[in-house]
Amino acid sequence: MKVNIILFGQLTDITGADTVTLENILDTDNLVSTLHKSYPAFIHSKYVIAVDKKVISENTPLLNNCTVALLPPFSGG
Amino acid sequence: MKTDHISYERYQRQIILKEFGEAGQLKLLQSKVLVVGAGGLGCPALQYLAAAGVGNIGIADDDVISLSNLHRQVLYSTFDIGFSKAEKAKQSLTRLNPGIHITAYNERLTTQNALAIIAPYDIVIDGTDNFASRYLVNDACVLLNKPLVYGAVSQFEGQVAVFNCKNKKGDIPVNYRDLFPQPPKDGEVLNCAESGVLGVLPGIIGTMQANETIKLIIGMGKALINSLLTYNAFNNRVYEVLLTALKETSLLIPATKAAFEQMDYDWLCSSTNRRFEIDGAGFDDLLNLTDVDIIDVREPGELPLPTGFNYTQIPLSQFKEKITTIKSDTVIVFCQSGKRSLQAAQWLFDTFGESKKIFSLQGGIPAWLKQV
Repeated sequence: MKVNIILFGQLTDITGADTVTLENILDTDNLVSTLHKSYPAFIHSKYVIAVDKKVISENTPLLNNCTVALLPPFSGG
Repeated sequence: MKTDHISYERYQRQIILKEFGEAGQLKLLQSKVLVVGAGGLGCPALQYLAAAGVGNIGIADDDVISLSNLHRQVLYSTFDIGFSKAEKAKQSLTRLNPGIHITAYNERLTTQNALAIIAPYDIVIDGTDNFASRYLVNDACVLLNKPLVYGAVSQFEGQVAVFNCKNKKGDIPVNYRDLFPQPPKDGEVLNCAESGVLGVLPGIIGTMQANETIKLIIGMGKALINSLLTYNAFNNRVYEVLLTALKETSLLIPATKAAFEQMDYDWLCSSTNRRFEIDGAGFDDLLNLTDVDIIDVREPGELPLPTGFNYTQIPLSQFKEKITTIKSDTVIVFCQSGKRSLQAAQWLFDTFGESKKIFSLQGGIPAWLKQV
């Protein structure tokens, strides 16, 4: 079970890359807790999760090779 | 407005587009668009709306032009520094197109004036630069049922979306709170002054906002209704995600004018306690203490560097890791604007509580240097 993660904005500073691949992830809750363990700075970060280009608000099962985007809010203008 | 009022020569290149035509031009001339924020996003949006012949344009901004605006706020010149953005933008746009009507609101949108300012317009463009204003404008547009063309930038990336607007499929319109129901707390996201922004980026995003607005008015093409587009100027990556309305969103938005007027958006968007703040004079007094740590929380390379007192540098990005190395009973933190240092002060308080006296220099070191 492979999940491709695309990061936006300053979330890329946390991982040092704009894409990350994680293995053995079942759903989005599982993804978030894994991220918190690997990169504790995610605990203090705000973002929405999009699974295969659809923003989700509840725990969502992840299929093999799906793409998850993490999008932070921007305030600048 | 009668057809013979159209300046055919001015608009000829767009009128000959078959999707646009004379009918499209008439719709533009009869439309009313309010641009909130005449900054990096607002300037290019305003320029293209005025050039295209949007007949009534409102500009709401209480800020004055400063030198650090000019790398991205292209309606203004070096000679305009110190003058009102709304007034100068109006002047500049009137020169560009004297055939349209422009209203300058030289004031900040608040819960007391926002509904009255927005009400006469058909579409609102969000070109603000802070979360308090973004949530205020969003909630006001939901309350008044006005489409909101959203844009926001950070460093090399921008977001564009059309909120509160019906699509052809009849989906429930999405608003900003369906994307981010609650504002981030201070420190969770940096603003432009803290994180920087490439000048051309708001130019691109603001122009996209103008484009979405024109499409909505004319009813042509596909607008970003219920979807969010992100653009990365660093690597040209474009990514679009679909949004859906959430059940709980309506509970977060004031349902009546009276409830809206009671909202405190500045408070909603700031969890950091401002009680740590000291002004320049207070800062000077504290410099004479013996057991004191003075800390610059800016990133390496940020200028100006102050002289005349000893300080250490712990960038905010490493502050939490190094917080336990701070030993003195009194700690003063400073940065460029006073925002990052306020975050550092909050973290110091979270770690040390009342055991240390914690201060943050209001307005940052540039303001302090000016006073000296």
